[in-house]
Amino acid sequence: MKFKINGHAATYEGDGDMPLLWYVRDIAGMTGTKFGCGEGLCGACTVHVDGVAVRSCQTAMEDVEGRDVKTIEGLAKGDTLHALQDAWAEHNVPQCGYCQSGQIMQAASLLAENPNPSDEDIDIAMEGNICRCGTYQRIKAAIRDVAGNKGTGGAS
Amino acid sequence: MNVPIKNVSRRSVLKGAGAATGLVLAAPMISNFVVAEATGSHNFSSSVYLSMDMDGTAHIYIHRVEMGQGSRTGLPQIIADELEADWDRLVFEPAYGDKKFGDQNTDGSTSIRKYYDIFRAAGASARMMLEQAAAHKWGIAVGDVEAKNHRIINKLTGASEDYSAFVAAAAKLEAPGADAVKLKSKAKRTYIGKPKQNIYMQDIITGNSQFGQDTMREGMLFAVAARPPSVGGTVTAFDKAAAMAVAGVVDVVELPALTLPAIFKPLGGVAVLATNTWAAIKGREALNAQFEGGPNGDYDTKAFEKTLWQNIDGKSTPHLKRGNCAAALEVADKTYGADYFVPHLNHAPMEPPAATAEWQGDTLKMWVCCQDPQSVQGAVAPFVGVKPEDIYVEATLLGGAFGRKSKPDFAVEAAILAKQAGRPVKMIWTREDDMHHGYFHTISAQRVEAGVKDGAVTAWKHKAAYPSISGTFNPAADGPSGFELSLGLTDLPFATPNLQVDTGAAKAHVRIGWMRSVANIHQAFAVGSFVDEIAQGEGKNTADLWMEMIGEDRMISPASDVVGHDPANPQGPGYANYGESLERHPIDTARLKAVLAKVVDISGYGKTMPKGRGMGISVHRSFVSFVACAVEVAVSDDGTFTIPRAWIVVDCGTYVNPDRVKAQMEGAVLFGISIAKYGEITASGGAIEQNNFDSYPVSRMSDSADVEVVIMENDAPPGGVGEPGVPPVAPAITNAIFQATGKRIRRLPIGNQLAI
Repeated sequence: MKFKINGHAATYEGDGDMPLLWYVRDIAGMTGTKFGCGEGLCGACTVHVDGVAVRSCQTAMEDVEGRDVKTIEGLAKGDTLHALQDAWAEHNVPQCGYCQSGQIMQAASLLAENPNPSDEDIDIAMEGNICRCGTYQRIKAAIRDVAGNKGTGGAS
Repeated sequence: MNVPIKNVSRRSVLKGAGAATGLVLAAPMISNFVVAEATGSHNFSSSVYLSMDMDGTAHIYIHRVEMGQGSRTGLPQIIADELEADWDRLVFEPAYGDKKFGDQNTDGSTSIRKYYDIFRAAGASARMMLEQAAAHKWGIAVGDVEAKNHRIINKLTGASEDYSAFVAAAAKLEAPGADAVKLKSKAKRTYIGKPKQNIYMQDIITGNSQFGQDTMREGMLFAVAARPPSVGGTVTAFDKAAAMAVAGVVDVVELPALTLPAIFKPLGGVAVLATNTWAAIKGREALNAQFEGGPNGDYDTKAFEKTLWQNIDGKSTPHLKRGNCAAALEVADKTYGADYFVPHLNHAPMEPPAATAEWQGDTLKMWVCCQDPQSVQGAVAPFVGVKPEDIYVEATLLGGAFGRKSKPDFAVEAAILAKQAGRPVKMIWTREDDMHHGYFHTISAQRVEAGVKDGAVTAWKHKAAYPSISGTFNPAADGPSGFELSLGLTDLPFATPNLQVDTGAAKAHVRIGWMRSVANIHQAFAVGSFVDEIAQGEGKNTADLWMEMIGEDRMISPASDVVGHDPANPQGPGYANYGESLERHPIDTARLKAVLAKVVDISGYGKTMPKGRGMGISVHRSFVSFVACAVEVAVSDDGTFTIPRAWIVVDCGTYVNPDRVKAQMEGAVLFGISIAKYGEITASGGAIEQNNFDSYPVSRMSDSADVEVVIMENDAPPGGVGEPGVPPVAPAITNAIFQATGKRIRRLPIGNQLAI
């Protein structure tokens, strides 16, 4: 199957049932997308397919035929970080950092769809992304900042 | 200050320290503490290092691992401060496992409290040598020069030169002796006590950080394993051909069966090696592996809970005795009693365990998300026939750990498989593996009784029965150990004249491990809950009762009340105090009361709450730090509840990075919420019944509280930070629920106990 990943054309000939997660990590060698549960329960593997956040562990390779896949490695525009990445650094969000690729990709998808989310919108959108270190308060603050501070940093 | 620093520039001591290295400082470890390590791989004669290149670039060798607690940012802050370094001219060198770096076991909230003095001395020594070299070059007294931000200033003229001008000369000087090291005054601190961004921030937000699961090596195979569901179980059958038929599967390898004690040995089972993780997972499914349960094959937590309560009713082993509890309870005006239960818990770090092994000839190289690379060396060596020191172990970043990754069973699997495969192998644990094969927090029953006479608590009688961590190392262990009781029971901070701590028997049937704050979790839950129960019964404010029970300002020495304590025998029964002396890290009741008073102050605890709302409070000392927590709960009619706000006050003495201290406290509240609301590992027929985050939920965004953190200011020596925030959280939550609903939660998790 043919698809795009972070703007580059890619082909894959193997098992169409294989989750996108394992293509991204093991075959494409891009390890920024993390393995947390394999069951769509934690959000650590969140990527964008055609601009929408999906769990790559629940997305079969055969379903990305012709699609545009974006991982955390492709979120910045060149050297210009996405506004959320800047906000994450500003708020010192990460502790261990393992879940944060997924958190950022989920938040980027939320803001692309709803540039001015309410706190409830944020809660609902981020509910599927677990952070065992417990950085939720700072994640929320970082998202609020970007929502109220549009136009800085790169676009989604 | 007693930290001798030697200039070892002329010795080749650092791997990777090239010809450009000028000044190299070695700081022998202070060995005033002992960490009993089953693999015996630690010694305390080694060193941490700071080196400086001829161009002034300073290399800081960070010997501790990073799992989110911030040590790899905090430790460099300490050296950089005393070195008067420009932060942008530091190179952070994460240390591989080697005894020369001293104890690398990143566990027990020790990184800052054990290495603060050593790292300060290392930085100060280098600064003094650079100052001395400059004074000599300029022909002026050393008192007329001063280091500032990577330059030496001539105080007579105001002229200054960069450190690089003095490195060569400084490298030829003797380091100042331990007594001659001059530390900077608090007022001149540049990095200590000031917030500093995580040194891995850019990598984390761009997806470039390297965790154990992320290691990629040329020609590497990906492995997953089917392991016996119960500890000590064995494989009886598996379908190798079916697994080999899965596209991408390269080999199927039986792992050596576990011989008890479990320690850090692999559990046995069958591994599937494949060209990608997905193929390995599919291959494992095709294996249809069958197991025999072994000695723990009938472990059932429901039945075991009954055993625990029988043992609470049964024979008592005394551990702490002051006065006469039985007599005091007899004459009390009113007595209270309650039973508390906390189930097995799992660390469940976001990154499941993973390790990569690569043999280069007879040399083994490993990349492991481990808390202690030396422990990996010690655990792996006997299984692959090499000496521990001949295994190169790099600790990758850890995607959370909470104690799980100090047990390197998964690394041993990788090393065995790589040897067999003749290719690099990454052993990947799936989330199900992590749930099924943890080193679980213990399962505990506690009974507490108290007597009140003339309005004062005169007796506190506490009995605990739970399998000990010791059981993982010695299957004969039968009930809580003195070490575990030191985590919140033998150091009960009460002035109560009659005090008693007993234990009941309890054998381990899973691998019991240490999880963030360890036995403090269940012991502080019982203590924090029971103080609240007495307060409610007496019609008192719970914070006021804590103050009364703690009593006057003093330093508590628990050992004198410990049964069998003999001051002449430090190895005998006593009080462990987290490996610290009580002189340096006392149980200071004034500090305990101060954090409690502060949390009352900022939370407004005691005020009248609207219907369906409640506030709860608790306070606890652990890892030689003092933490008080207050939470507000909002309980709906259907019994669901949220925690809109929480307040947590920490006195960890001198702190290095206040932003990371705050982050650890915020995280501790969320970790405590997970324990209180959801955490429960159960076993049936020897197998763990939870599989993933659906059956073992942890806190999510909607569980999150708006947490306010206050750090107390004082000059006490640094205490722990990573763990001590956790213990007071769960009892504060259940106490708040009592205030909101009148329902007393004595059994965790809360689960659906509030549903009507």
